[in-house]
Amino acid sequence: MALAAGARRQQHETSTETKKTLLSIEKITKYFDEDLAVDNVTLDVRQGEIFALLGASGSGKSTLLRMMAGFENPTEGRILLEGEDITHQPPYQRQINMMFQSYALFPHMTVEQNLAFGLKQEKLAKDVIIDRVQRMLKLVHMEKFARRKPHQLSGGQRQRVALARSLAKQPKLLLLDEPMGALDKKLRTEMQLEVVDILENVGVTCVMVTHDQEEAMTMADRIAIMDQGFIQQIGSPVDVYESPNSRMVAEFIGSVNLFDGQIIDDQEDHMTLHTDELDADIYIGHGVTSSVDERSMLFALRPEKTLMTRERPEGDYNWSSGIVHDIAYLGGHTVYYVRLPQGKIVQCFLANVERRADRPTWDDPVYVHWASDSGVVLRS
Amino acid sequence: MKKLDLARILPGGRRWVIAGPYLWLLVFFFMPFVMVAKISLSETMLSIPPYTAMFEWLDQTLNIRMTFSNYAWLLSDDLYIQAYWNSIKIAFNATIFCLLLGYPMAYAIAKAPPHLQTTWLLLVLLPSWTSFLIRVYAWMGLLGNNGVFNNFMVWIGLIDSPIQMLNTNFAVYIGVVYSYLPFMVLPLYANLVKHDNALLEAASDLGARKITSFFRITLPLSVNGIVAGSMLVFIPVVGEYVIPELLGGAETIMIGKVLWQEFFNNRDWPVASALAVLMILLLIVPIMLFHRYQNKEVGQ
Repeated sequence: MALAAGARRQQHETSTETKKTLLSIEKITKYFDEDLAVDNVTLDVRQGEIFALLGASGSGKSTLLRMMAGFENPTEGRILLEGEDITHQPPYQRQINMMFQSYALFPHMTVEQNLAFGLKQEKLAKDVIIDRVQRMLKLVHMEKFARRKPHQLSGGQRQRVALARSLAKQPKLLLLDEPMGALDKKLRTEMQLEVVDILENVGVTCVMVTHDQEEAMTMADRIAIMDQGFIQQIGSPVDVYESPNSRMVAEFIGSVNLFDGQIIDDQEDHMTLHTDELDADIYIGHGVTSSVDERSMLFALRPEKTLMTRERPEGDYNWSSGIVHDIAYLGGHTVYYVRLPQGKIVQCFLANVERRADRPTWDDPVYVHWASDSGVVLRS
Repeated sequence: MKKLDLARILPGGRRWVIAGPYLWLLVFFFMPFVMVAKISLSETMLSIPPYTAMFEWLDQTLNIRMTFSNYAWLLSDDLYIQAYWNSIKIAFNATIFCLLLGYPMAYAIAKAPPHLQTTWLLLVLLPSWTSFLIRVYAWMGLLGNNGVFNNFMVWIGLIDSPIQMLNTNFAVYIGVVYSYLPFMVLPLYANLVKHDNALLEAASDLGARKITSFFRITLPLSVNGIVAGSMLVFIPVVGEYVIPELLGGAETIMIGKVLWQEFFNNRDWPVASALAVLMILLLIVPIMLFHRYQNKEVGQ
């Protein structure tokens, strides 16, 4: 199933490029009294995509989502849904539905009644409601539990009901607030793929909020990384991981080794950096259009692209000696913490492709090295 | 290991803890009730105590004398049936008034910012810090023909002569609703304050306006609070004595008042006891209902 979802998404990704904008956030700012929660955010959500707002708590992502739902009024800016200004429309008039983090299922109603609640507000005919409720139950595989009350369901089942309820009104936009927040880790991984499956089945556009980068990368087509109320970077999971545009993004998504360096040479096809933290200089296989006064750069290298050997690597660039400071064996891969001569500790992931392979151990002298296109240069 | 040892030293320790309150209830509630029930089955006579003994040892025979004439008497006389009916009617109406007044109060307090909630709850409770009797006396001063309200209305020219308010059912309702309102507000507040705001947001998100959300979400979820508050008002008001005695008039015949008259004016202990027993039986039904709802709430 994981493969299937992944494959479909790849297709999806290429086709969204041409899709039109469904939701536009235009220069939205939100103050709570004196506190700035959302700072001049502008972004577009395209028809049919799953868009994730990723950030730590207090980054303003939930406030932004609540403004899309209509629970908060922006201090400044506009929200457009299919070109129509909905900034000051109350939630009950918006064709946007939300799945709450706590699910917010009505405890005194059965699963069926929960699903029918929104449809009854639209004053739909009784048989239309019954039919739609049945379809929704089927969609989330909860037909057997139609007569149960929420407290008689497990966490995963409640989540399915909450999802079905938010989809029942066939909203133009679906909002998910920390959709996996209330589930344990194992169930979370399962449900992430299943929810993506369901959403793609329905073809609904979706904005989700999460603090879990793995969840955002598994589920979303595009991710916006938020920090202190504004958006640091928007891009596909590959973009934000492989080409972070700032130190904050590089550090927030996954682990990273960072080196402060000075530009020695900046050509069109390559550049070199000098850093005191490494034995050799850094050679990068592309140039950076830097101005003369910008000599200080940050070199970011992912641990899985940081290689480790016992022999000294060939060449004059991209290596350093060190000794093994610590080892964390995690089953699938091992994290080596290598202390460089200047005292800096870098991380280095080694996939455990062999059982009980002969590996360096504590305090062994080793060398770390990497390819010229492995790292990213960031303005510091 | 330690837990096991403790269990061996104190077998059924938990049961002993529960036994305390049960013992209390047995000695101070059940036994007096049995005594009252026993008196209700005897006949009145001029002696001390003023009723016949149930058990008599005569000529090596144990004579047990039980008479149901007191109950027959209660049921045959209109006055008593009227008193029961009146008490229940007044208690029921007062409960409705308390609910209509108390629900918006509890709702407003529960929705207020947290730092105001304590203050507002305190204001609800504050009157109970003075004596109940003094507060009822105060109402006599307010409602009397020469009282504050009448004088004020005459002074501003709204009426020419004082309206009879004191010693009417109206005054009894005022007194009862005033005195028992906190008992309605507190359980309702305790219920409403627990409501998850996300439920109302979800309802709004699904297309419900505020008024729909209230009737479809808030009200059904506060049923337990409504039942608890209603029982706390209804049960004591049925047996209320002080308020109808001080504020009520000749028309206000309530069971508490009748009981007092039988006991102290007529010195008819058996009939008074029978009245009390019937009243308790009458109240057991709502108490059982209350209990059932409480269990339900615990179960959820």
